[in-house]
Amino acid sequence: MRAKTKVAAARAGTRAASTRGARSAKTNRIGLAKNSYKGRPSTLCKGCGHDSISQRIVNIAWEMGLDQTQVVKLSGIGCSSKTPAYYLGWSHGFNSLHGRMPSVATGAIIANTALQVIGVSGDGDTASIGIGQFKHAVRRNLPMVYIVENNGVYGLTKGQFSATADEGQSLKYQGVNELPSLDICMEALTANATFVARSFAGDPKQVEVLLKAAVNHRGIAVLDIISPCVTFNNHDTSTKSYGFGRANEIPLHELNFVPEYEAIEIEDYEDELEVNLHDGGRIILKKLDPNHDPKDRDVAYAAIRRSHTEQKLITGLLYINEEEPTFTELLNLTDTPLAQLPDDKLRPSREALAAVMAAL
Amino acid sequence: MSVAVREAPATKSDAPAAVNDFVINVATANGSGSQTSNGVLLRALFKMGIPINGKNFFPSNIQGMPTWYIIRLSKDGYLARREVTDIQVCMNGRTVAEDMERVLPGGIILYDDSLPIANHRKDVTFYPMPVKELVKAAGLSHALRDYVANMVYVGALAALIGIDPAEIEAALFWHFGGKEKPVRLNMDMVERTIHWARENVERQDTYRVERMSGFNEGKILVDGNTAGALGALAGGLGLASWYPITPSSSLAESIDKYASTLRTDPDTGKATVAVIQAEDELAAIGMVVGAGWAGVRAMTCTSGPGISLMAEFAGLAYFAEAPAVIWDIQRMGPSTGLPTRTSQGDILAAYYLSHGDTRHVLLFPANPAECFAFGRIAFDLAEELQTLVFVMSDLDLGMNLHISEPFEYTDAPFKRGKVFSAEDLAERGEAPWARYMDVDGDGIAYRTLPGTKHNLAAYFTRGTGHNEQGFYSESPDDWEQNLERLRRKFETARKLAPEAILDEQEGATIGIISLGSNDAGVEEARDLLAVGGLPTGYLRLRALPIDDSVRGFIGRYEAVFVIEANHDGQLHTILTTEEPGQALKLKSIAKCDGLPLSARFIVEQIQNRLCGRDARDARVRKEAWV
Repeated sequence: MRAKTKVAAARAGTRAASTRGARSAKTNRIGLAKNSYKGRPSTLCKGCGHDSISQRIVNIAWEMGLDQTQVVKLSGIGCSSKTPAYYLGWSHGFNSLHGRMPSVATGAIIANTALQVIGVSGDGDTASIGIGQFKHAVRRNLPMVYIVENNGVYGLTKGQFSATADEGQSLKYQGVNELPSLDICMEALTANATFVARSFAGDPKQVEVLLKAAVNHRGIAVLDIISPCVTFNNHDTSTKSYGFGRANEIPLHELNFVPEYEAIEIEDYEDELEVNLHDGGRIILKKLDPNHDPKDRDVAYAAIRRSHTEQKLITGLLYINEEEPTFTELLNLTDTPLAQLPDDKLRPSREALAAVMAAL
Repeated sequence: MSVAVREAPATKSDAPAAVNDFVINVATANGSGSQTSNGVLLRALFKMGIPINGKNFFPSNIQGMPTWYIIRLSKDGYLARREVTDIQVCMNGRTVAEDMERVLPGGIILYDDSLPIANHRKDVTFYPMPVKELVKAAGLSHALRDYVANMVYVGALAALIGIDPAEIEAALFWHFGGKEKPVRLNMDMVERTIHWARENVERQDTYRVERMSGFNEGKILVDGNTAGALGALAGGLGLASWYPITPSSSLAESIDKYASTLRTDPDTGKATVAVIQAEDELAAIGMVVGAGWAGVRAMTCTSGPGISLMAEFAGLAYFAEAPAVIWDIQRMGPSTGLPTRTSQGDILAAYYLSHGDTRHVLLFPANPAECFAFGRIAFDLAEELQTLVFVMSDLDLGMNLHISEPFEYTDAPFKRGKVFSAEDLAERGEAPWARYMDVDGDGIAYRTLPGTKHNLAAYFTRGTGHNEQGFYSESPDDWEQNLERLRRKFETARKLAPEAILDEQEGATIGIISLGSNDAGVEEARDLLAVGGLPTGYLRLRALPIDDSVRGFIGRYEAVFVIEANHDGQLHTILTTEEPGQALKLKSIAKCDGLPLSARFIVEQIQNRLCGRDARDARVRKEAWV
């Protein structure tokens, strides 16, 4: 029930909502132009995959009619973590500490369960310094979108290997990476993630559908998006390059997101699968790989292993589970967000405290 | 059954009895269940009206290592640690030699008769307790024998010094939450021992307890961690996140224990507080910062190693200006140090925690009632100042039971600080606000909370350089202006933090500054010094940064002793830095051996320092404390 409240809150109550009646082709369902969803100008390198993902976030937020005042965007440290400044200018943002965004997000989520939380991180931020907090956020099934903009390299510190760098890969100043890479989707799955997707910044349509589904997912939605670093790691031999992605992407399915407010009837085809999302809407998957059932965790593991052995970029919704309760559901917090409770709800009565003291 | 007799005459058999004024030291092995026996002893004495304090000296271990529980009884209400033992209970073979050695001449030794008498002192009285036989005679299963064995010394002490068995029974009922079965089991052991003692022990009257009044009435027996937990729950706590570490764990566990009783919304039956055991201290403080940023009163509790791990987040909270509260229940450091021994060794680390120019507000509770009050005040300050606030407790205050004033309930509104609502912003028109603009000149800017329904409410929070709007900035001017505003904010903190408690005496030329749990030792030392002709002024610091009252206090005395429980004199260092003009007046008295400071140590230190000047005038009769 809480999740419903979240979506309802995210979609109601803006001052812009009053203009809904005068909705034109250029405004969304809450009467806002796409421009309203922009942030400040990006300072990343021209062609950076991260900028493409920022644009995807702007697009889906506008298309879904999200109320930005009910969205918070958090990040750690690094190139990817700079991006929250570049989208959703009406949302509160927190560019926190390296590898520690999950804990800051946890606090914000508990403080205000009505907020839609979007976290953005990088491969160094998540898989190197932040692997612990990442896995615990996943384990807790925090209700949030967790985007990893994965390019296999440290950008801001100029080109060091991250934990997702390819084994045997060589970089100009770093030499050869002798260590095996961590796979963020695999790490998420083993930590019992409830939504795991891999995508490619060069496949904007797929990224957008996955983002929309992620927003309406019940718990944590992990999106590992290969997002090439044009400055340090975009040569064709890197699995994190545009060239490799374009040549080797194998989508598991064609994806479509149908929001709850659009009553579209789809016909029942054998190769199509429909998943109702806990927070509204549904995702429709037209199977390209007939064996991939995203509700089967083992199949997801197999797809990831296949991507390693075959050296392919297998993309799509690897796994989804809308049944598992979220961390905030388990905490059984009041429906009114803690941050909005009045003083008298935030302390015991005089009598209750006296009773505790009497028993000391 | 063996017959106990007095094995050696006490040397002071003709001395008047010490009534309600002596020290009992119980030596056991940890994990043997002695916590129940010791707790029951302490509570029974408390309920007899006797001023008492119990200190647990325990190892960082689960089972089998030596533990001492030291109860001081003081009819005059002096409850600091005393460096002497009058009655020694020996239940641990591994320490029996040193335990028997410790007792003052004229003292008594109660020992498990299966232990060897390691020592044939003629100046103490030995009482063997046939523990095994008494336990065996009770006909208990083997599994239970070890647990009730410790009740034998409770019974023996009751018989020997006159503890009311009815109070022991009441204490057992309290301890077992009213459950009849364990109470009967333990009380049976106590009664059997009392009966045995009456038949077999030649009682002496060297030490005796008597029911008294005038001190404990209306007071409660509580540890500082429980008090802090209740204070936080009464002070608007919304999120407590923590990682287990001695001696702070019991604070978080107390929050968890009382959360459902005190903080379930009566209208919906749902929780108004979340308690999270985090994966480590970094995550614990990260959650606090995130929640504080989003408008919820949040805290974590930890000890030295934890604050080291929290250093980076401390800087973020300071610089991005997010409210946060850390309770540091200090233990011995550096490094892992001695996890189960008390210290005040984190003062410097906490005051300046993190890289760059950071200083934080530190609160120093001295007793459980103050832990309770600071539970709320720390949140008020963190939200008013939009910064990190530390509450600096320690193991002695946090984990040991102290007699305390009852906690003062207040329903005064929480001080939530400068927060613009959507309505505030609407009233302010086109360019309503900037996140880091010092509108009021006190260094504190206005903030908004995530979720505020106004298109201009949002701002971007970052630990990197930022201008008044919160935009990223590498401008030297922006940087300097921001730090200068933070300095102004710190000046405001001086005025908002709890003021020092002053007690000044006519004719005193010597001052004392101390803090926290040293209070009992300092007050006792002052009385001893005054009896010896040396009146002292006393300033008990309750917060850093200092305010003008501290400056003025130092100014009024010829010399001021700064007394603290660490090795390097950390508070002394801070005070000399903050008051360079008066630095030469400040004399450091610091000790770090894992034990709470005693009055004796303080008196001796002050006398030694004054030696050569007015030590002769400051003669304090040694027998006053020995």
